Amino acid sequence: MLGLGVDRLQADINRLLTSLFHQGVLDEQFLQLQQLQDETSPTFVYDVINIYFDESEKLLRSLRLLLMDREFSDYKKIGLHLNQLVGSSSSIGARRVRNVCVAFRSASELNNRPGCLRGLEVVEHEYHYLKNMMHELFQLEQQRLLAAGVRYPM
Amino acid sequence: MACEMENDQTEEMDIEVLSSMWPEDVGTQADNQFNVEKPAGDSDTLKEVDIAEKRTMADLKRLPELMNTTDQGSSQLTNLVKQWEYMQDHAVKLLREELKILTKQREEAEAKELKIIEEHNFESQEPENVPVLDDTSHLFRRFKHKKRDALVGSKRVEIDEEFDTVQYWKQKAFSLEKMLEASTERERRLIEKLNESLKTMESHSAPVEELTQNLKRAEGFLHFILQNAPIVMGHQDKDLRYLFIYNKFPTLREQDILGKTDVEIFHGGGVKESEDFKREVLEKGKASKREITFETELFGSKTFLIYVEPVYNKAREKIGINYMGMEVTDQVRKREKMAKLREDNAVRKAMESELNKTIHITEETMRAKQMLATMSHEIRSPSSGVVGMAEILSTTKLDKEQRQLLNVMISSGDLVLQLINDILDLSKVESGVMRLEATKFRPREVVKHVLQTAAASLKKDLTLEGNITDEVPIEVVGDVLRIRQILTNLISNAIKFTHEGKVGIKLKVISVPSFASGMELNADAEEQNGLTETETSVWIRCDVYDTGIGIPGKALPCLFKKYMQASADHARKYGGTGLGLAICKQLVELMGGQLTVTSQVNAGSTFTFILPYKVATSDDHSDDQDFSDMVDHHQPEPDDTTEGYFQFKPLLGSIYSNGGPVIGNNSFLPHKVMLTSPLKRINGFVSDTSNNTAQSETTQVENNGYIDETRLETCSGPCPSKETESCSSSQASSEGGALEMESELTVSSRREEEETETTKPKILLVEDNKINIMVAKSMMKQLGYTFDIANNGVEAMTAIKGTSYDLVLMDVCMPVLDGLKATRLIRSYEESGNWDAAIEAGVDIKISENEQACVHSTNRLPIIAMTANTLAESSEECYANGMDSFISKPVTLQKLKECLRRYLH
Repeated sequence: MLGLGVDRLQADINRLLTSLFHQGVLDEQFLQLQQLQDETSPTFVYDVINIYFDESEKLLRSLRLLLMDREFSDYKKIGLHLNQLVGSSSSIGARRVRNVCVAFRSASELNNRPGCLRGLEVVEHEYHYLKNMMHELFQLEQQRLLAAGVRYPM
Repeated sequence: MACEMENDQTEEMDIEVLSSMWPEDVGTQADNQFNVEKPAGDSDTLKEVDIAEKRTMADLKRLPELMNTTDQGSSQLTNLVKQWEYMQDHAVKLLREELKILTKQREEAEAKELKIIEEHNFESQEPENVPVLDDTSHLFRRFKHKKRDALVGSKRVEIDEEFDTVQYWKQKAFSLEKMLEASTERERRLIEKLNESLKTMESHSAPVEELTQNLKRAEGFLHFILQNAPIVMGHQDKDLRYLFIYNKFPTLREQDILGKTDVEIFHGGGVKESEDFKREVLEKGKASKREITFETELFGSKTFLIYVEPVYNKAREKIGINYMGMEVTDQVRKREKMAKLREDNAVRKAMESELNKTIHITEETMRAKQMLATMSHEIRSPSSGVVGMAEILSTTKLDKEQRQLLNVMISSGDLVLQLINDILDLSKVESGVMRLEATKFRPREVVKHVLQTAAASLKKDLTLEGNITDEVPIEVVGDVLRIRQILTNLISNAIKFTHEGKVGIKLKVISVPSFASGMELNADAEEQNGLTETETSVWIRCDVYDTGIGIPGKALPCLFKKYMQASADHARKYGGTGLGLAICKQLVELMGGQLTVTSQVNAGSTFTFILPYKVATSDDHSDDQDFSDMVDHHQPEPDDTTEGYFQFKPLLGSIYSNGGPVIGNNSFLPHKVMLTSPLKRINGFVSDTSNNTAQSETTQVENNGYIDETRLETCSGPCPSKETESCSSSQASSEGGALEMESELTVSSRREEEETETTKPKILLVEDNKINIMVAKSMMKQLGYTFDIANNGVEAMTAIKGTSYDLVLMDVCMPVLDGLKATRLIRSYEESGNWDAAIEAGVDIKISENEQACVHSTNRLPIIAMTANTLAESSEECYANGMDSFISKPVTLQKLKECLRRYLH
């Protein structure tokens, strides 16, 4: 808290991001997002990701409800939901979530219910993983900002 | 050989006859040669067969002679005699057996009789002479026995009367008489039987007759077997003159053959050979076989398997040969065919294995390529991560040394990315995945931009020039991105190897080149370039020349090969991947053109590519007017579209000052500004503009870089709806004078903002995804634009109806009404001036009177699709539905900027 850990924190952030890139959890689009963050909107990334999580949570809940219904047949609606999810995931650069969503979507296009259920599980798993990672990232970011904010009077 | 069988019955036979010849040892065993001792049934069948003897021809006088004089003949006769003897022996044996039975019967009868007599003697107590001595009595008894044995007729007489009475003697006499009678009777019967036997013996036929019969049967059998067989048999004497022949050629008469040699009878191929063969056998005295093909006038071409054995007389002297020929023409033919087939088969197999090897190698190569592509792809993600991180790092506070290090790091990373992109490009071209897009563009602009870009990063004292002849059309259609890629590649190559003098591009129109003449335009290329036959096309020759080190002649052939550079020395000195030219060549060929090179060592090289283009109709405006805002302001050029000559001189300072903004060219990644000295100038410029614009948009908080926790919380809270953030920029102000660290992206956007502020274009974003809206909004803000938002196609149409927009960004995939349909309806409105089509389609649009009357600009509203599929197919779909261009998702700042530049100015 004395502002001495800034470098270390930045290194941690970079390491985390690099590993996320390496695993394919994130892609270049996330960098775009970061580039968009400037002094006029310093929390842009955080905001977008938060909204993304809110929206996605809703979509996933809705998807689960749809799929849990025994007499459901509304694959079209599932497809629409997934389109949303794919679109927003690719916008923030959540590559792995996007990819599993695409797989899920193709299962729904084939009206393949077991495939859909499996797809949902995978998507949820990836989603939660991403959420955890992002949470960690933002925490580090927050700490770094705090540390960077420390100034000593000359 | 000498003869020919009448019927070629072997025609249809498939069996290989050659091996079924008699085994060698046959013939010495007379019993086996002709099984004449057949049961009656068998000889009957032979008798039934009517044996036609007409074809047999034998010198009857000579044959018996032959039989008598030769070993074989005499052994045959001996055999027959032996058989006859055996039969006689058999008959005798039978008779003997009968005799034995009779004798046995007689012995039995005698034994019985003796017994009776003994009994009788014992009973009668006939007095015996008492022996004086044991020995004598013994002898006597033995004698008595003997006597009794000898006496056949003496039988015991049973007499009831008292011994030595008259009655007794009478009775005895009587019984003895009876016995005598029986004995006589027996004797008579035996004699009768003996006579009978004798008679049957006599009735047996004479041996000669029997032998004749056997011979006849053998002969008949032979005829039966041989009459239709494709076999010629003969006997020739020492001088090889025929003495006997069987199954001769039908047209030859007996007198034509007998007494003559082969050579005298026939003419043609093979005759001499067979004659020699026979002579050889005769000389060597060893039986042998040979296959001989005859070519005679008489029976044409036939192959015979000939067996020749020498014949000896009883004195073991050679007297001639036996000869047997079998026609095997078909077999030989089949055999040859078979051999040929086998040979063919072997050849084919060899070829097959060769092909398999080739296929294997090709597959391996493909796999290797695929792997390279995959690996490159895999490497790209993490390395773009590295570069990205480095870029982020470059926005932080760094001292001079750190910045230099970082710049090196970024440029190295760029190099790696460039290399990987090259590899991916190449494998795309090679695997045929790459598709060309046909877009309208201005060749002059392209040349200019390429040179400009090159000049921007030029570190040498070189003159860059472009020269375009007047007949080159202002606008042509082709894949501008690829063409630019080729030009950039060639130019940077030229600059790399040129240390002084100039590097330039020359464009001129040529007639249809020889490699394409005749077909006018390669059909594939035509299709790929989006050309159709009806449209006029033009061939443009593009020379990229330099005054560099040149290329030695021996290096020219491998110049366009992958990973090849003119020499290892060059590779070390100049670096580079060696992929560039290979990609250029592939791209040019993909577009139906040709890339060639001429060069002179130490004088320079010229790379020439010839490509077909469709001539664009001049009435609609170019859609490749990007970068027009980057026109060099220091060299005012009145008319960009017709200018035929450009020159860029390395005025060092002045070039760099405007070299910064030259971005967006796809061959350069956006972080190109890494030279420290000119950067300061940019920064000076930048800080000015940022001061201007920042004030207009943000309220600067002069809180001396201090940021407390509460402020952070308010910032991090979800506040998406606020478009223009009121919260202050903590970073910008806190970093104070460190504005030089601004990434170049923001630099250019600032400039743009400045430019576009006067006429703010109206943009409509049609998008349903909140996140996407948010990201797009942020990007637009950075680029200095604002826009309206519609959540689906219907909303979009309502908005367009009410407001006149300069540009629409349309998501393709939307609920309620998707982007494609909405675009179609908007286009139909533009054409007809009413919304009937939309209303017909069931879209609910509120139309008020004054809006209906409102006159919209008749200009075509640029609609840009935002699609998740980057494949060319889906872009075609976009164009088909009336869209002007498309941005593939996820939308990046770069793409958005390029697009906006193209459509808004």
